[in-house]
Amino acid sequence: MGNSSSMLTQYDIEEVQEYCQNLFSQQEIVSLYQRFCQLDRNAKGFISADEFLSVPEFAMNPLSQMVDGLNFKDFVAFLSAFSAKASVQQKVKLIFKVYDSDGNGKVSFNDMLEVLRDLSGSFISDVQREQVLTQLLKEAGYSKDSYLTLDDFNKIFGISELKMEVEVPVD
Amino acid sequence: MSSGKGGELIPSSSELDLDRPNIEDYLPSGSSIQEPLGKLRLCDLLDISPTLTEAAGAIVDDSFTRCFKSNPPEPWNWNVYLFPLWCCGVVIRYLILFPVRVIVLTVGWIIFLSCFIPVHLLLKGHDKLQKNMERALVELICSFFVASWTGVINYHGPRPSMRPKQVFVANHTSMIDFIILEQMSSFAVIMQKHPGWVGLLQSTILESVGCIWFNRTEAKDRETVTKKLREHSQGVDNNPLLIFPEGTCVNNQYSVMFKKGAFELGCTICPIAIKYNKIFVDAFWNSRKQSFTMHLLQLMTSWAVVCDVWYLEPQNLRPDETPIEFAERVRDIISVRAGLKKVPWDGYLKYSRPSPKHRERKQQSFAESVLRRLEEN
Repeated sequence: MGNSSSMLTQYDIEEVQEYCQNLFSQQEIVSLYQRFCQLDRNAKGFISADEFLSVPEFAMNPLSQMVDGLNFKDFVAFLSAFSAKASVQQKVKLIFKVYDSDGNGKVSFNDMLEVLRDLSGSFISDVQREQVLTQLLKEAGYSKDSYLTLDDFNKIFGISELKMEVEVPVD
Repeated sequence: MSSGKGGELIPSSSELDLDRPNIEDYLPSGSSIQEPLGKLRLCDLLDISPTLTEAAGAIVDDSFTRCFKSNPPEPWNWNVYLFPLWCCGVVIRYLILFPVRVIVLTVGWIIFLSCFIPVHLLLKGHDKLQKNMERALVELICSFFVASWTGVINYHGPRPSMRPKQVFVANHTSMIDFIILEQMSSFAVIMQKHPGWVGLLQSTILESVGCIWFNRTEAKDRETVTKKLREHSQGVDNNPLLIFPEGTCVNNQYSVMFKKGAFELGCTICPIAIKYNKIFVDAFWNSRKQSFTMHLLQLMTSWAVVCDVWYLEPQNLRPDETPIEFAERVRDIISVRAGLKKVPWDGYLKYSRPSPKHRERKQQSFAESVLRRLEEN
């Protein structure tokens, strides 16, 4: 994918499709590329956090701070978890990635607290947040000092239904 | 708005409309956080999927960016018969129409300047006569501009009258909106001060029709501008004010929220709806992509600028209405007439971030649902 070209070749599309495990059709990838070029103001090949935040609907989202610069492949990979074809495991994997901010494969108590803080803001006190989290961890068989791995997450979410779908508009 | 350290805009809470219509009513994910009942489990607490889905939805498509997307007409020259036709068209447009138009415009400017400068300098004492002549001359140069794009404009509705305490509002697509309306009857407009030759025009010729300038980036500007607006609208002999309450150019398919400033002046509001016919040219001025000069050149090398202008029924503030509700009602009238879809965004979000209030509202609803379910434990 050239930096300044706004045309995807067939090779590029297939490469991206492979990267996202075929969760998007080729048409959807073309659509996503148009959207990517729209958000990437000066065609530098990636969308900066600032450019994401210039979409007001996104900036209003409590989790908007989590997104950083994304190139097109990562952009598609991120959105692939929201494809209708994605399995529950793939969705859980994305959720795990959001919690595991330092990417070390383990989610600590503090990691979970941080996300909770973004989601609830000043409407729950810090003390109460810790209390709730500790209590629920205990009920699920973990302790405050446990480090949760992706497998733990799969176990926790295993039985619940995750409604995480976004349709890519294809003209 | 107050300026931050780096010169970026930080909206103060008084500014950002504690009584705005609720954005959540318009956004697609209205029922985002479902209300599951029952005991709160760990998976419920850690489940960020509704919020993540909203975020992804906004990344994939959002109504704000759609407002400012240029929509050029579909290319129709894609086969071997149509392509030569299109090429002929290009030749005619660039080599025949364009020079003719440039000549027309130059002639117009010569006539205008040779009348305007004497009138401006010599008739200093005779205010009434000077004003009338300058108005007529500005209308003349606007007609020349319109002719230079082969403007075909259908005006519907009664021609605006010059009465005091009357303000005109219109939807905004490009700076040519002003020229098109000025051609018919003289307005005083309120505009963002521009650099370059446009700025020069603004400070000399447009002064004569009584224009008001503002600077989006200046903090204190809003109060001074509101004062000037009020003074102008009360004056008997001033040109009626023309305001574009969207505050920025939108692509003529959507309308963004109207700023309430025009609706608080205690005047009658006369809505004007402007709709450009996209088949001939996309008249949206995407100020991020094009300078005004390029935009004018683009118009002058198209076949024509075809548009409809509707002068709609004057509206007054109803006794039980706030200015914001009034603004929304007028926006509704204009959007229906011009076939525009309404979006709940403030046009100035092009230049600044949304107020933290919206994020807080989402945080509040999440917090409340967690606490509520805790009680049930």
